[in-house]
Amino acid sequence: MRLGQDAPTSGEIAMLRDKARHIRLETIRLIEIAKVGHYSSVFSCAEIFAALYYDVMRLRRGEPHWPDRDRFLMGKGHAAVGLFPVLADLDFIGRDMLDGYTRLGSPLGDHPDMTKVPGVDFSSGSIGHALSNGVGMALGGRMSGRDFNVFVMLGDGEMQEGQVWEAALFAAHNRLSRLVAIVDRNGYQLDGKVDDVMGVESLPDKWRAFGWEVHEVDGHNLSALTALLRRLRADDARARPACVIARTIKGKGVSYMETEPGWHLGYLAPQDAQSAVDEILSREI
Amino acid sequence: MAQAQVLSPDSWQYRALNAVNPGLSYLSDALIDLVKAGHPVVAGSADLQYSNGLNRFAQAYPDRYVQFGISEQNMVSAAAGLATTGMMPFVATFASFLGLLCCEQIRMDVAYTRLPVRLIGHHTGISLGFYGTSHHATEDISTMRALAGLTVVSPADGPQLASAIKASANWPEPIYFRIGRGRDPQVYADGAPFEFGRAIVHAEGSDLTLIACGITLHGALAAADALRAEGLSVGVIDMPTIKPLDRDAVLKAAGQSRLLMTVEEHNVLGGLGSAVAEVLADAGTGTRLRRHGIYDEYSLIAPPTTLYAHYKLDAAGIADVAREFIKH
Repeated sequence: MRLGQDAPTSGEIAMLRDKARHIRLETIRLIEIAKVGHYSSVFSCAEIFAALYYDVMRLRRGEPHWPDRDRFLMGKGHAAVGLFPVLADLDFIGRDMLDGYTRLGSPLGDHPDMTKVPGVDFSSGSIGHALSNGVGMALGGRMSGRDFNVFVMLGDGEMQEGQVWEAALFAAHNRLSRLVAIVDRNGYQLDGKVDDVMGVESLPDKWRAFGWEVHEVDGHNLSALTALLRRLRADDARARPACVIARTIKGKGVSYMETEPGWHLGYLAPQDAQSAVDEILSREI
Repeated sequence: MAQAQVLSPDSWQYRALNAVNPGLSYLSDALIDLVKAGHPVVAGSADLQYSNGLNRFAQAYPDRYVQFGISEQNMVSAAAGLATTGMMPFVATFASFLGLLCCEQIRMDVAYTRLPVRLIGHHTGISLGFYGTSHHATEDISTMRALAGLTVVSPADGPQLASAIKASANWPEPIYFRIGRGRDPQVYADGAPFEFGRAIVHAEGSDLTLIACGITLHGALAAADALRAEGLSVGVIDMPTIKPLDRDAVLKAAGQSRLLMTVEEHNVLGGLGSAVAEVLADAGTGTRLRRHGIYDEYSLIAPPTTLYAHYKLDAAGIADVAREFIKH
């Protein structure tokens, strides 16, 4: 593998950083409409969204149903508020759809619905299903002779769901080489630290033992993250699925959220939202 | 070196026995026909291909068969993923696992998404006999019927299953098929009638109309014969689609018959009887209904035929219950 050629240029990094910033800012704007939302769950994976949608995945702007597009699924469906602005940015949905976020009859709610939102490749909300859905898509791609890749982002709390490991077994057994799982290892779930609620480590050892190729990366380091995902996307020689353990910080980008796990779900009054926006605009991640 | 053991011809093992069971050929053969007709069928099973007969399909089209292992929930969710890529997945396991263990996966990934996934719950009701309650499915109509967007079909026998599978190629909604164990008495010949949402009226009657689904249709038809021999006017309706229910057929029977009686290998709460009761109540008919089935209890252990007799779901039992109902 040619690591050097996979590394994004500084110009590409700057673009991706802008996109991640946009995702965080839009998340704050949309949650202001709903008056409650999953800020810090999005902030831990904003760079993952950015790297996938603006660099790694094979997509066509404005064509959410293009059969050869790469697929993205999220087991942690509650981060959808960070995905919707991306879908609007790629002309999969109209920007005005964002403005009605969570209001009566809106296609956009706290969790993504594929029947209502073009660009959502699979609905989610019940944690633990997405890797299975992705497994089926990867299998269907192989059976129908298409070479799209399937990226499935999972929460680290999601590792506690048994179905994840059913899907992991299946993917390895069936050598689903176009499947990439990305674990957003931000360390927290609703009730507290993942390691306190129900420890899941060693994640690399577990995925390796299940027959996956495992990589670990700093999930906020756009250079390393993008290079790794590019490499996995381009690797036609791999004979098994790959798992990326992305070490992330829950609430990344807003300092007080980074130290207070309660921001998994919450609401920022306008003046606090403004200070969060200011920090996001001034800080370089 | 181990010597080959010579066994009595009376000994048998499961896989070899099922390989020559013609009752298990309908599902696979119908799916093979769909593939031949150009449909992108994928069949999958969770370590039960010798129970549902999908081993035949697997042999015919190994590239279109998926062995999921004992991971039923993954099977259902993956089938939904498959359907998004244009494939037509049929996934099968025991009804007790599919309709209950996987209920939430079916709700979220299949029914809510309206993906054309075909779920095959086999060995329904008490047909697994002394394997016991864990393997009995007397709640699956109830759970599946409660899921918006899901079609629920309970064919009477292999030929009707084959007709329903064929018809499903042009049915846009997800479907739950509730089928027997491949040793069920046959009502229909090949080319059995089946149309989604349509009842099949075998006979009309002014005293009583039996409305049956699945394996109980055979007994209901024989029970009606016995009752007719006693001078009663008895109708029989086969209701292979439980959702959407053929309301017109129910209301027509209610207009013709003094009494209605549903027969199902299922809890009387939430199944065919409940669906018929809802139609009658909504329409404000005064026709009395007896819901016959399993009376909100966990079934006992016994060989299947013994259980059918015990729960009065065989011909003699259905006739008994009907006589009692008519008397009171």
